[in-house]
Amino acid sequence: MKRSLTALIAGSLLAVSFAVFAAGGAIEGVEKQPVNFSAIAMFMIFVIATLGITKWAAGKTKTTADFYTAGGGITGFQNGLAIAGDYMSAATLLGLTSMVYFKGYDGFIYAVCFFIGWPIILFLMAERLRNLGKFTFADIASYRLDQNRIRTFAAIGSLTVVCFYLIVQMVGAGQLIQLLFGLEYNYAVIVVGLLMMVYVTFGGMTATTWVQIIKACLLLGGGISLMLLTLAQFDWSFENLFTKAIESHKMGEKLMSPGSLMADPISAFSLSLGLLFGTAGLPHIMMRFFTVPNAKEARKSVFYATGFIGLFFLVTMILGAAAITIVGTNGAFFEGGQVGGKLIGGGNMPVMHLAKAVGGDIFLGFLSAVAFATILAVVSGLALAGASAISHDLYARVIKKGTASSAQEMRVTRFASIGLGITAILLGIAFKDQNVLFLVALAFGVASSVNFPILILSMYWKGLTTRGALWGGISGLVSSVGLVVLSPTVWVKILGNPAAIFPYDHPAIVSMTLAFFVTWVLSVTDKSARATKEKEAYEEQYIRAQTGLGASGAHDH
Amino acid sequence: MSQQTLQEKIRANPKFAELVGKRTRFAIILSLVVLVPYYSFMLLVSLQPQIFATKISEGSVITIGWPIAALIVFGGWLLTGVYVNRANGEFDRITEEVLKEARK
Repeated sequence: MKRSLTALIAGSLLAVSFAVFAAGGAIEGVEKQPVNFSAIAMFMIFVIATLGITKWAAGKTKTTADFYTAGGGITGFQNGLAIAGDYMSAATLLGLTSMVYFKGYDGFIYAVCFFIGWPIILFLMAERLRNLGKFTFADIASYRLDQNRIRTFAAIGSLTVVCFYLIVQMVGAGQLIQLLFGLEYNYAVIVVGLLMMVYVTFGGMTATTWVQIIKACLLLGGGISLMLLTLAQFDWSFENLFTKAIESHKMGEKLMSPGSLMADPISAFSLSLGLLFGTAGLPHIMMRFFTVPNAKEARKSVFYATGFIGLFFLVTMILGAAAITIVGTNGAFFEGGQVGGKLIGGGNMPVMHLAKAVGGDIFLGFLSAVAFATILAVVSGLALAGASAISHDLYARVIKKGTASSAQEMRVTRFASIGLGITAILLGIAFKDQNVLFLVALAFGVASSVNFPILILSMYWKGLTTRGALWGGISGLVSSVGLVVLSPTVWVKILGNPAAIFPYDHPAIVSMTLAFFVTWVLSVTDKSARATKEKEAYEEQYIRAQTGLGASGAHDH
Repeated sequence: MSQQTLQEKIRANPKFAELVGKRTRFAIILSLVVLVPYYSFMLLVSLQPQIFATKISEGSVITIGWPIAALIVFGGWLLTGVYVNRANGEFDRITEEVLKEARK
C-alpha cells in the first residue's frame, strides 16, 4: 500500500509536470493565453504540500470510519473551514463577482439567496444529522425505513447530485486552467481527475478535509488581500467606489437597485426555495457533519462555516463593484482594446483581471493557483461523497446486507473513488465547450426535491413510511429533471425550441412541493404492517435525535 | 441496562419534555427571524424594487439596498451564534442531566 501510494504520488507529479511541459506547445489554442509560470509554480507548491498531507493521512486511514469521516476526530473550527471550503467553489468567486460587475445590485440578491440556507441548516438539521447519521445521509433516511429500497434510492439521489456537480466543476476547471495557466483543456481535466483520485483513494476524509481547509484559507486570504489592495485605490471609501462605478457602468444609477433578475416574483421564489433547501440536500456537505465527534462540535462547525461563507460573499461583492471601474474602463482587459466590448477570457473573468490590475502578474498567478486548488478540493469532496454512497450504502448495506468486512468495504471504496475519477475526466472531456450552467440548476433541483424532503421528513415526521418516501422521492427526481429540461435555459437556449414549456429556470417551486405532497399522501394512506412498524420505530429515533443517546462517537486510533 | 428501559426513563423524565419544548421553540423562532425578513426582502425586491433605490443619506450614491442585503447576511450569521451559544450551554446541560438520571 505504502509503495503504491509513493508511486502514485510520483506519477501524478509527473503528470502535472508533463502537462506543464506540454502546455508550451498548446498555446496555439483558441484562447491564446501565454503559459503562466508563476501561477503554475504556486500551484505546484500547493500540490506538493497536499500530496504530503495525503501521505500522512494515508497512514491514519485504516478503517472505514477513518475513510468516510476521518474517524470523527475533526474539530468544529476545522470542520467549519472545510464546510466553507466545500461551498466556496471557483464558480462562487468568479460567478458572483462577475454578476455584480455586469448587473450590480442583482448580484448581491443572488449572493443572499446562496447564503440564507446556512442558518436554517443549523437550526433545523445540524444536531439531528450528527446524532442519527454515521457515514452518509442515507443512514438517516433509511434509519427506520426499508434498508434496501430507501437506502438504494437515497444513494442514487446522492450520486445524481454528485455527477451533475462534478461535470460543472470539471468543465470549469478545464476552461479556467486553459485560460489562466495556458494549459490545454484536456490536460487540465486529467490533472484534476488524477490528483483527486490520489487524495480520495489514499487519504480519504482526512486528506480531503485538510485539502479543503488549506484551500479555504488561501481563498479567504487571497480574496481579502485583493479587497484591501482594491479599496486602497478608492481611498478606503465606499462612497468613492460606488460613485466611480456608476460613472463607469452603462447601467449608471440603475446599478445600485434591484433590476431584472428578480422581477418575476414566482421565478424569484422558486430560485430561493431551490437554493435554500438545495444547500441542505447536498451530499458532500451533509457528509461533513459526521466528521466531528458530537452534536456540540457539529453546531460550532456551522457557526464558523456560516461566518466564513458570509464574509467571503461580502468580499466578492466589493470585488465585483470595484472591478466595474478598475477593469471596466481599462482597454487592456478587452479584446482588441475595445472598452465595453468582450472581456478577454469571457464574462467570468472580472475578478482575475482585477487581481492583475491591482496586484500585477504575481497576484494574478497566486489567485489563479488558488482557483485551481479550489476546484481540486471541491471535486475531491464530491468524489468522496459519491464513493461513500457506492461502497457504504450500495455495496456494504444493500448488496452485502452488512456482512462485508472492513477490508472488503475499503477495497470497494477505493475502486469507487478511482471509478468516479475516471468518470469525472470522461464527463469533463465530453462536456467540453458546453454551456453547463443548467447543471447547477439541476444539482440544486434534485438536492432540494429528492434528498431534502426525504431527509427532513425522516427526521421530523413520525408518519413517514417507505412507500411515501420512495414515491415522493421518485416524483421529486422526475419532476425536477423534467422541468429543467423544459426550462428556458435548456429547452430554448440549448435545444433551440422557440418557447419554453416550463417558464422558470429553477424547478423547486413545483418539484419540491410535489415531492412533499406525494410523500404525505402515500404515507398517510399506507396501512401496511410495515408502515405501522416504521411509525413505532420513530420513538427510538426521536430520543436518539434529541439526546444523542446511542449516536456514533469519535473513533480511537 | 437495556436501551429500551433507558429510553422509557428518558421519555418519563419531565426534563426531557422541557428540553425538547425549549429547543424546538427556540429553533422555530430563530428560523422565522431569518426567513420572514428574507422572504419579505425577496418579495419587495420583485414587486417594489424602487424602495431599495432610496439613498442612505442626502448626497450619497449608495442605496439602502446594499446595507440591507449585507445586514441579512451578517444578521443570519449572528443568529447562528445565538443558537450555538444557548444549545451548547443550556440545552446540552439539560441533555446531560436527562441522560445521567436515566442511567442511574
